[in-house]
Amino acid sequence: MLSAAEQRDIEEVLPQLPERRAACIDALQVVQRHRGWVSDEGLADAAAFLGISVEEMEGVATFYNGIFRKPVGRHVIRVCDSVSCWIMGCDRLKEALQARLGVAAGASTADGRFTLLPNVCLGHCDHGPALMVDDDLFGDVEPQALDGILDGYR
Amino acid sequence: METPLTRNILPGREPPTRRAYERSGGYTALRQALRMTPQEVQKRVKDSGLRGRGGAGFITGLKWTFVPMGDDAPRPKYLVANADEMEPGSFKDRLLLEGDPHQLLEGMIIAAYAIQADMAFIFLRWAYRRAARHLEQAIAEACEGGYLGSDILGSGYGLDLHLHVSAGRYMCGEETALLNALEGRRANPRSKPPFPPVSGLFGKPTTVNNVETLCNVPHIVANGPDWFKGLGRGSDGGTKLYGVSGKVKRPGLWELPMGTPARELLEEHAGGMRDGVRFRGLLPGGASTDFLVAEHLDVPMDFDSVQKAGSRLGTGTMIVLDDQTCPVGMLRNLEHFFAQESCGWCTPCWSGLAWVERMLADLEEGRARPEDLEQLEAHTRLLGPGHTFCALAPGAMEPLQSGLKYFRGDFEEHLRAGGCPWK
Ligand SMILES: Cc1cc2nc3c(=O)[nH]c(=O)nc-3n(C[C@H](O)[C@H](O)[C@H](O)COP(=O)(O)O)c2cc1C
Ligand code: SF4
Repeated sequence: MLSAAEQRDIEEVLPQLPERRAACIDALQVVQRHRGWVSDEGLADAAAFLGISVEEMEGVATFYNGIFRKPVGRHVIRVCDSVSCWIMGCDRLKEALQARLGVAAGASTADGRFTLLPNVCLGHCDHGPALMVDDDLFGDVEPQALDGILDGYR
Repeated sequence: METPLTRNILPGREPPTRRAYERSGGYTALRQALRMTPQEVQKRVKDSGLRGRGGAGFITGLKWTFVPMGDDAPRPKYLVANADEMEPGSFKDRLLLEGDPHQLLEGMIIAAYAIQADMAFIFLRWAYRRAARHLEQAIAEACEGGYLGSDILGSGYGLDLHLHVSAGRYMCGEETALLNALEGRRANPRSKPPFPPVSGLFGKPTTVNNVETLCNVPHIVANGPDWFKGLGRGSDGGTKLYGVSGKVKRPGLWELPMGTPARELLEEHAGGMRDGVRFRGLLPGGASTDFLVAEHLDVPMDFDSVQKAGSRLGTGTMIVLDDQTCPVGMLRNLEHFFAQESCGWCTPCWSGLAWVERMLADLEEGRARPEDLEQLEAHTRLLGPGHTFCALAPGAMEPLQSGLKYFRGDFEEHLRAGGCPWK
C-alpha cells in the first residue's frame, strides 16, 4: 500500500490530468522520492493506486533512466558521457570518480553515500565535462575539483 | 542588433518575476492576440514564416492550421511545449526555460488561443531542475495575474497549463512518443498519419511545439511578420539561439540573426579554436546532424542553406571536432548514445544500432576487418529514412554517413594501425 503521504502527493496532480493513468510517471517519481527507489513492491503499490496493470507500470518504469529499479546511495552522481563532454574529457573525469569512490560506474559505495551513474547529455554542453550530484549541476569539472564538490554531500 | 528572445535574460541572475516581465512589456502581446480572432493569430504567425526550432523546421503557423476549429471540432484540444531537449550537444531551450519562463508561458497561451486549446502541458526533461522551479513559480504567478484559468483577462477564453516532469529518455522528445508518455504509456512513437493536430493526446487534436519556437510567438504577434522576417540575414526570418561546444576558446550560446555563417559563430563568438588544436569539422545542430567541414564554414546557418550543404540546422547548437580528437571515437560515442536510447520498437533500429556501435568499438580496439567499413556504409542506408518507424535511426546515421565520407582516412588508419592511433 502507498503511504498516506504518497497518496496525497499523487492526488495533488490527478485533478490536472484527463485520465488517472496519466499520473503514471508522477506516481513512480513520488514513490522514488519517498522510498529512495522503486522496488517491485513500490511499483505494484503505485500501479494498484492508479488502476493499471503491474506489467504496464513495469514497461513504463524501465523505460526511463530517472527511475531507479535498484536501491541507490544517499547521493546520486551523474556524469555526462555524451558527445560534447566526451570531447572535453569526461572519460578522465569518470575514471577519477571511480578511483576516488572505489566503485565502478553503475555501482554504489559500501557506506551507501554515493551511487555513480553515467548519464546522457545534461544540457550543459558549453561547460563540459559536466556532472550532477542529486539536483545540483556542475560544469567545467576538472578531476582535482572533485573533492571540493563531493565534500558537500554527506 | 535585436535580441527579442534573450532581452530579459542576464547570466547568473534570477529570471524576471511576473511584475518585472510585465514592466518590460510582457503579456501585452497576449492582450493583443485576445483582441484578434484565433485565425488572425494563426495567419500572423504563418505570414512571419517562423519555422519550428525543434529540429525539423516545419512552418509553425501552417502546423496550427491543421487543427480542426469551430464548434464541432473534437474537444478538449491540447497544446504541448516540447522541453525535453535531450539531443546531445543541445542546450538552448534550457536558457529560455531558466532565464525567462514567462516568455514561454505567454507564447504558449497565445499559441493555445490560436488553436483554441483547452489545456496545455510543458513536457520538461527531468535533469532541468532549475527550470522546473522557475516554471512552477511562473505558472503560479500567471494564474494570479489572470493569464491562465477559465476567463483569461476577461476574454472568455480559458486555458489550464501544467508542468509535466519527465523521467528521462531521449525518445520522449519525438512528438508522438511524447504524447504516449504524457498519457502514462510506454513512450514508443505512434504511426503517422493520423498526425497529432488531428489525433494527438488522448486521441484529441494536439499541437506540439518546441520551446524556442513558442518563445518567438509573442514577439511576432507584437511586432508583426515583416519585423520578424527582417531579423534574419537571408530569406529565413527571426533570430536563432546558436550554441558552440567543443574545444573552442569560449564555448557558449548566443542569440543572433538567423543565417549567421558558421565561421562567424566559431571565430567571433566562440573565439576560435583553443591554442594547440585545429578545426576539423562540426555537427551543426546536435548529435543527429551530418558533419560539415572547412569548405562549409561560410554556409549561412539557416534551414535551407544547411540542407543544401548536406546537413541539417537541427537545434542550431553545433559540436566542434578538432584535430586532436578521434573522429571514429566521436562517432562511437554518438552511436552508443543512439543505440542506448533506441526504444526497441523496430528491428532495424535496435539491432542495427547495436551492430554499428560494435563495429566502431572494433575499429577503436583493433578487432575490425576491412569489410567493416562497407558494412558501416551499408547500415547508413539500411537505417536511413523510410526503413524505421521514427526518425531516431535515420538521425543516428547522419553523422556516421558524413563521417565516413569526410574522415575516411581516419577509419582506414584505424584498420592499418590495429586500433585507435589517438590512444
Ligand atoms: C528522437 C527524437 C527526439 C526529439 N527530441 C526533441 C526535443 O527534445 N525537443 C523538441 O522540441 N523536438 C524534438 N524532436 C522533434 C519533435 O518530434 C517535433 O518535431 C518538435 O517538437 C516540433 O516542434 P517545432 O515544430 O516547434 O520544431 C525530436 C524528434 C525525434 C525523432
Ligand atoms: S526507429 Fe528506433 S527509436 Fe524509432 S521507433 Fe524504431 S526502434 Fe524505436
